[in-house]
Amino acid sequence: MELRSNAWQTTAAFFSKYGIYFAFVLLAGILAITSPPFRTLSNVENILQQVSVNGIIAMGMTLVIITAGIDLSVGSVLALSAVVATSFAHPDEHLLIVPVAIGILVGLACGTVNGVLIAKKRLAPFIVTLGMMTVARGVALVYTSGRPVINLSDPYNEIGGGSFADIPFPAMIFFAVILLGIFILHFTRFGRHVYAVGGNELAAKVSGVNTDRVLIGVYALTGALAGLAGIVLSSRIMSGPPATGVGYELDAIAAVVIGGTSLSGGVGSIAGTIVGVLIIGVMNNGLDLLNVSSYWQQIVKGVIIVLAVLLDKKAKQ
Amino acid sequence: MALNGVQLKVARGEVHALLGENGAGKSTLMKILSGLVQKDGGEIYLDENQVEIKSPKAALDLGISMIHQELNPVRAMTVSENIFLGKEPCFRFTNVVNRRKQRELTRALFGEMDVSINPDKKMSDLLVAEMQLVEIVKAVSYNARIIIMDEPTSAITGREVEKLFAIIRSLKSKGIAIIYISHKMDEIFRISDTITVLRDGQYVETRPAKELDRDTLVKLMVGRKISELFPKVKSEKGEVAFEVEGLTKHGLFENISFKVRKGEVFGLAGLMGAGRTEVMETVFGLRRADAGKIKINGREVRLQSPAAAIRHRLALITEDRQMKGLNLKASVRDNITLSNLKSFSRFGQVLQFQRENQAADAEMEKLRIKARNRGQIVKTLSGGNQQKVVLAKWLLNNPEIIILDEPTRGIDIGAKAEIYKIIAQLAEQGRTIIMISSELEEIMGLCDRVVVLYHGKVSAEFGRHAFSQETIIKAAMGTN
Repeated sequence: MELRSNAWQTTAAFFSKYGIYFAFVLLAGILAITSPPFRTLSNVENILQQVSVNGIIAMGMTLVIITAGIDLSVGSVLALSAVVATSFAHPDEHLLIVPVAIGILVGLACGTVNGVLIAKKRLAPFIVTLGMMTVARGVALVYTSGRPVINLSDPYNEIGGGSFADIPFPAMIFFAVILLGIFILHFTRFGRHVYAVGGNELAAKVSGVNTDRVLIGVYALTGALAGLAGIVLSSRIMSGPPATGVGYELDAIAAVVIGGTSLSGGVGSIAGTIVGVLIIGVMNNGLDLLNVSSYWQQIVKGVIIVLAVLLDKKAKQ
Repeated sequence: MALNGVQLKVARGEVHALLGENGAGKSTLMKILSGLVQKDGGEIYLDENQVEIKSPKAALDLGISMIHQELNPVRAMTVSENIFLGKEPCFRFTNVVNRRKQRELTRALFGEMDVSINPDKKMSDLLVAEMQLVEIVKAVSYNARIIIMDEPTSAITGREVEKLFAIIRSLKSKGIAIIYISHKMDEIFRISDTITVLRDGQYVETRPAKELDRDTLVKLMVGRKISELFPKVKSEKGEVAFEVEGLTKHGLFENISFKVRKGEVFGLAGLMGAGRTEVMETVFGLRRADAGKIKINGREVRLQSPAAAIRHRLALITEDRQMKGLNLKASVRDNITLSNLKSFSRFGQVLQFQRENQAADAEMEKLRIKARNRGQIVKTLSGGNQQKVVLAKWLLNNPEIIILDEPTRGIDIGAKAEIYKIIAQLAEQGRTIIMISSELEEIMGLCDRVVVLYHGKVSAEFGRHAFSQETIIKAAMGTN
């Protein structure tokens, strides 16, 4: 009796910790069985390329949400970075490094503004980033007069379109960002401070943590990553459209939350977010392959997001 | 198993104190009675009828209501809205709240219990003590026959406690039974008729309060004799290590001056709201002073942030460990090393887990923190162990000047004794201890010297030989 209840508890604890990983394996398994094109190598490449943009943004979003914050501006910042970067990426104008650096810097600047307003002026992250979402989108439209930036150099287009040893460059960039995220969040003092601020900001402050710096750092990093995602996206579609990235913040937030990071802060992991990103990506891809109409896809996606979080919550009780 | 074979018999119109260390099972028992937790076995009888309490609503319907230790009012609503939450008086045949009637009913309840709070005030504008009174009125308003009070005086002092006791007596006279949970011995002896002691989830004994004295009670609770709760502090008093001169923050405190020597245990007494916590938070850089100086080892310093205070080897063990002391969602290790991470990092950033783990383990052992391992989430620890985690965090910094704000609030006697021992050891190591406490016993048992604050001003200073319970109370009430 005693033994059985222990075994049950252990199993329950195991599932509550790794449930989301099983959910992913299950989802991928079902799709692999039902859809022959899903299980091809080229489709795996395809998925990796598709998830990379959301993945890069979601890494930053994970840190933001662990601090009990939110960043709604990432989609617009992505678009602004994309149009500014591509405007420096016409053929035979600059070295490749110039548009890349400028794109990331634009994102970094937007994120820093978010962070400073949130940390120093004590404004709600929701409000600040909602404002930035609108402003960045507006600036992107003004900067381009509403028209996409076209005629980009071949090296720039390689970033999103090229591959090495069958691995698409965007997937490699995503992978590098994952490593960076794991390093920052789980192996540095800054990462520990991110958890401390999200778990109890006041206690962190009393313990001597410079909470303002942590918050600014987190939003700045997220902005820079949105900038990087803007470069990857614009190079993949070979243009810099000012209207792109609408709703991307919601995909990123969904991935983070599916991955078990708590919106109330202090709890979460990069590994969880990776699985969240993959679940969303595999779902989109699989439903496409199964010829599910995009209208139905939205319904399925919404249900799965809520279901994932519901299961996670159940498991944790 | 949190509770095993426990019995409790409460008579009508009696105050029945429930005692035991943290983790003894008091809360679990009360949660079962108030319907928050379901029992695995046993029976509950009310007026000789067996009853099942399946939900908090069922408990209320049976006339059992509970006042929780952590007050949880809806702060944005008014006093009367809070009292009638879920049972608002409505106009007939409608669902529209009759605010006037609600207000009148509140006034009537307040009148009955001699409470003078404006029913239209926002809950968030009340003092903690007033919120406590509102909670009591609310509990009574359910026509309760049994009221469970969990540490009702943990947030109030002096006059308000008297008021609470007056209310309890009038409830008694109406035949209402009170189950009273508290760690404060003097209160228990003053107010209770019968005492039941639990230990480790087991029933120990029930006896009339008159037949018990402190020592016997402690022995029953702890299961071993604490011949001396307070250790003798055998420390050498050295140079003045810490000095505050004319510290002022308008509206909070004025012209506060005191000196503390190395190896001294210095007490800061006073009623709640006298400004004790505010003075120490200012010293620690959490607030900006309007005037005054702070000197450490004779040199004037400016402490504009907690980080600066920590660099000057100060530590602040805050009054409210859950609000300001701990990250409840993080592990024991992550809490212990938080303010000292730099010394476990390469290049100031890259964490060295092995060294960090060793340090956390060492502190856990030194302070005898009862946790499964360093990875246990702090939220799941008992209050005493949580407080030890806060202490461990600060001791890891090897501070010279240690400020403890109500270091034993809400923790049981066993853990208290351990904390007193740690404080004595720290003083013996030549550190400077400043302790804020509302418990006079604690001040008198440990401190070499005490300064009493009243309304933000120093009202008296006593050396160890000169203070008594009476003189300190008088100074704290401003009647010296």
